[in-house]
Amino acid sequence: MRTVGTLVRKELLLEYRAKESVPAMALFSLTTFVIFHFGLHRTSLSGDLAAGVLWVTLLFAAMLGVNRLFVAEHEQGGFDAFLLAPVDRSALLVAKAAALFAYLVIVELVAVPAFFLLLAGPSPGQALPDLLWILLLADLGVAVVGTLTSALAIQTRARDLIGPLTALPLLIPVVIAGARATEPLLGASGAGAVPLKWAAILGLYDVVFALLSYAVFDFLLED
Amino acid sequence: MYGKGLRPLSLASAATLTAAFALVFFYAPNDADQGFVQKIFYVHVPMAIVALGGFVAAGLMAIAHLRSGDRRWDVRSYVAIHLSLILAIGVLVTGAIWAKASWGHWWVWDEPTLVSFLIIFLLYATYQPLRFSIENPERQARYASVFAITAGAFVPLNFIAVRLAQAYTHPRVLSTTGGNLPGSMRLTFLVALAGMALLYVTLWKYEMASKHASAQLRALRRKLAGEEPPLPAGRSAAPSLAAPAQPVP
Repeated sequence: MRTVGTLVRKELLLEYRAKESVPAMALFSLTTFVIFHFGLHRTSLSGDLAAGVLWVTLLFAAMLGVNRLFVAEHEQGGFDAFLLAPVDRSALLVAKAAALFAYLVIVELVAVPAFFLLLAGPSPGQALPDLLWILLLADLGVAVVGTLTSALAIQTRARDLIGPLTALPLLIPVVIAGARATEPLLGASGAGAVPLKWAAILGLYDVVFALLSYAVFDFLLED
Repeated sequence: MYGKGLRPLSLASAATLTAAFALVFFYAPNDADQGFVQKIFYVHVPMAIVALGGFVAAGLMAIAHLRSGDRRWDVRSYVAIHLSLILAIGVLVTGAIWAKASWGHWWVWDEPTLVSFLIIFLLYATYQPLRFSIENPERQARYASVFAITAGAFVPLNFIAVRLAQAYTHPRVLSTTGGNLPGSMRLTFLVALAGMALLYVTLWKYEMASKHASAQLRALRRKLAGEEPPLPAGRSAAPSLAAPAQPVP
């Protein structure tokens, strides 16, 4: 547990000093909202369209972070150093997933207000509490799957391609469940109730992939 | 050793498939609603079930590879995914034809089974590029197995998510209540399913036998050539059964 804490602190410190991922992700999501505005030719969105735009933007922004997650380790021998240390290998998975989760939360702190400001029609007041916990639930799944696919792709020669190509199909259930769960929240005539079925699917997805990643991650480090 | 029993197996799958097609055309009645075109069902559904079964089986073989470290399990898993991918293309094409005939569109989005199948196909389509872009054969095998396990577990989860997302337009043949197929159709369907499964196993064994034979041939050639270093096999997505070639320093 202490190892995980140390590793997470290292990740966050590194990101705080180098600012490699989070600013790019946040800027990317803002740009994508602008692109959606022109692409869809709408001034305000509501309902399923709003939910779709929000989720697609967050997912693609997450892909930027996923692509960069292990680059420093790969280029500067961090993997070897980690393997030399007498610690459990799964600690790296947990720490990286926690770091990616933190990045996603920070990006959403920027992207969600911007979304309500720029695109969403309905006022955020009613929707916000429910939207927040669904986003957190989804972030968990994205962080776990993103870390796994990032570790899978980092050793390949075409890692910028393999990472997203593997992660996006794997994350389609998150988009389905997330968009369906939040579309009543963004309804034009005020926020409706969250369909709990979809939240349950998000939870199931998180549990399954967390266990699965924990089981297979060690094999990605054996060298 | 993979060639053993190949002949009877091939004969059995040829016989079962012939019987299945005979039943499809001469025994099973035309569907009351959809008429003749409904018969594509006897190809489409068995192919889909066998392809998904192959994906899951490949995941299990990959688990065996990671647990035992035996490279042969990786080759088995690779061949299973490779064949399932080919069947998956068949499933998407026959599904589109059937959709066009019975619903009037080549592609129907609110049709969960077709959509989840497409997602799974897209995911597995990265399997070969992933292998191809890792040069070290040992690492290639290990990473491919991790992928196969993750994707194999994703198959059922994805079906749950997509199926819940949409209304039920797709006919559900294997519902828990035992389905609503009349007896003659059910018999035909089961024979077609058995035929498709046998075909899959036969093709799998053929490819394994071929890989085994070429690995042996390479080993014999190497022995004849004496101390010469092994011929560089070239970078490939396909694993081989030969002893892992060490990169020449």
